[in-house]
Amino acid sequence: MAYKIVASQCTSCSACEAECPNMAISEKGGTFVIDPAKCTECIGHFDTAQCVAVCPVDKTCIIDPSYPRYQA
Amino acid sequence: MESLTHQAGADGVDMDAIMQQMAEHKGCGTSGGSGKSSCGSSAGPSDMPAEIWEKVKNHPCYSEEAHHHFARMHVAVAPACNIQCNYCNRKYDCANESRPGVVSERLTPEQAAKKVVAVAATIPQMTVLGIAGPGDPLANPAKTFKTFELIAKTAPDIKLCLSTNGLALPEHIDTISKYNIDHVTITINMVDPEVGAKIYPWIFWDHKRIEGVEAARILSENQLRGLEMLTERGILCKVNSVMIPGVNDQHLVEVNKAVKSRGAFLHNIMPLISAPEHGTVFGLTGQRGPTAQELKALQDACEGEMNMMRHCRQCRADAVGLLGEDRSAEFTTDKIMDMEVNYDLESRKAYQAAVEQERVAKVEAKNEEMAALAGEESDVKVLVAVATKGNGLINEHFGHAKEFQIYELSTSGSKFVGHRRVDMYCQGGFGEEDTLGTVIRAINDCHAVFVAKIGGCPKNDLIKAGIEPVDEFAHEFIEKSAISWFKAYLEKVKSGEVSHVARGDAEIRQGALIAE
Repeated sequence: MAYKIVASQCTSCSACEAECPNMAISEKGGTFVIDPAKCTECIGHFDTAQCVAVCPVDKTCIIDPSYPRYQA
Repeated sequence: MESLTHQAGADGVDMDAIMQQMAEHKGCGTSGGSGKSSCGSSAGPSDMPAEIWEKVKNHPCYSEEAHHHFARMHVAVAPACNIQCNYCNRKYDCANESRPGVVSERLTPEQAAKKVVAVAATIPQMTVLGIAGPGDPLANPAKTFKTFELIAKTAPDIKLCLSTNGLALPEHIDTISKYNIDHVTITINMVDPEVGAKIYPWIFWDHKRIEGVEAARILSENQLRGLEMLTERGILCKVNSVMIPGVNDQHLVEVNKAVKSRGAFLHNIMPLISAPEHGTVFGLTGQRGPTAQELKALQDACEGEMNMMRHCRQCRADAVGLLGEDRSAEFTTDKIMDMEVNYDLESRKAYQAAVEQERVAKVEAKNEEMAALAGEESDVKVLVAVATKGNGLINEHFGHAKEFQIYELSTSGSKFVGHRRVDMYCQGGFGEEDTLGTVIRAINDCHAVFVAKIGGCPKNDLIKAGIEPVDEFAHEFIEKSAISWFKAYLEKVKSGEVSHVARGDAEIRQGALIAE
């Protein structure tokens, strides 16, 4: 699975963009989006998903269940 | 991964429910980016070393005297933040709101540089450029320093400053020094992590979200080390503290000692802004802000230790103009891109020289009046409110005043002690309330209000409320007039014509501004 950003919750603060180890996050249409093809859920990089940890609004960066779980 | 839940509030408050309310909060109806900012001293040249006066005399946020004459602007180039504060909700965004944490649009460093030059060309009193968010400038180092670099090239006479929570300050100290940043403000609300845990739910540090006392400990260590490093490099540092009654109000005396001993030049204790409609944790838990007299008592208690700033307007991270005014709507990105800009350094210098002359005249007028007060002995101390548009003059109509400046008068002279916002605010979505009542509650601790002009009705209501409306000093210097009025007041008290009665407390206004 990859992470996704709930657009209605996103404040466009850009904090996640700089923290993502995979450069998977970019601005699109006023909010930020995660490229599921690049997202590794931070496995192998950090103990916790960086976007989730830095996001100022709870439940904004969430697991996208429509993708299979990431395999390191 | 979803285990980033929050501790239960100290009073058994359901923090999850509050966090969800915060997340759902949409502000009061406008859209755009999101936002934060912060911002002097009532001291003049006589109470500070000459080299410091040189640095602050044209800085509205560092000198109370300067804020009558000089303007500042903030550019919102730094949206990301590395900590969460219980008085901030990043989802809140309202064009009518005037307080830290709010902006209308975010800028790229290039747009910001263009905006600074456009504003400076239009407003010659614009001498200071600050980056204060809307997140934390040092959580966006590339954008922040790129902006400073561009501005230093195109507008070399503008002073640069930044306002930070201090978490990332030690690691960026050399860059701050390299870019000739004149002034740094650190927001320090505690030096005791136990207190900090009640203010900061988490920090983002070393790729981890850290909560509770540990988070506050790391934050506090970095803030104090950062302050020491600034002092070592000779960079002027102001400390901002938010006064949160029952949480850190008493503790701020300790904070004051800690920051003074580490070389902070100025301490700015600001009242908590907290209303349910802001969607902040403190707003939703009903945490109140201080009253005007509670704030003043704490500022007075710290004043023996160091200079206290009392003129902070807690402005937006994209504010433009004199403190207390906001001209940001004249300088939106669309408008700036269309502007023909002629940056004329000479005319800016000429304006600033004229201000210098005005200042000298104002100080001379005050000193003359003080001579008349010499030899008077009395324990009487009163507060007076002044309606002013700037330049140290009583030059605003009572009914047009968006704020009043407050001066304390005693036989030792006049002292600026604060300001009170009285503009119309929306109260949780409901319309304006009784306007005159609002004004009276905001200056209820004052004995008199000085105005350029006032109508008959409000005059009578003020007198009924025990506040003397004074319009005989219209368009004269504030301090000279106030001292002259005070001298006459003392004489009336002495002769028994009036009996001196202490005034009550006053309200600090909260809530969003109503759109024009």
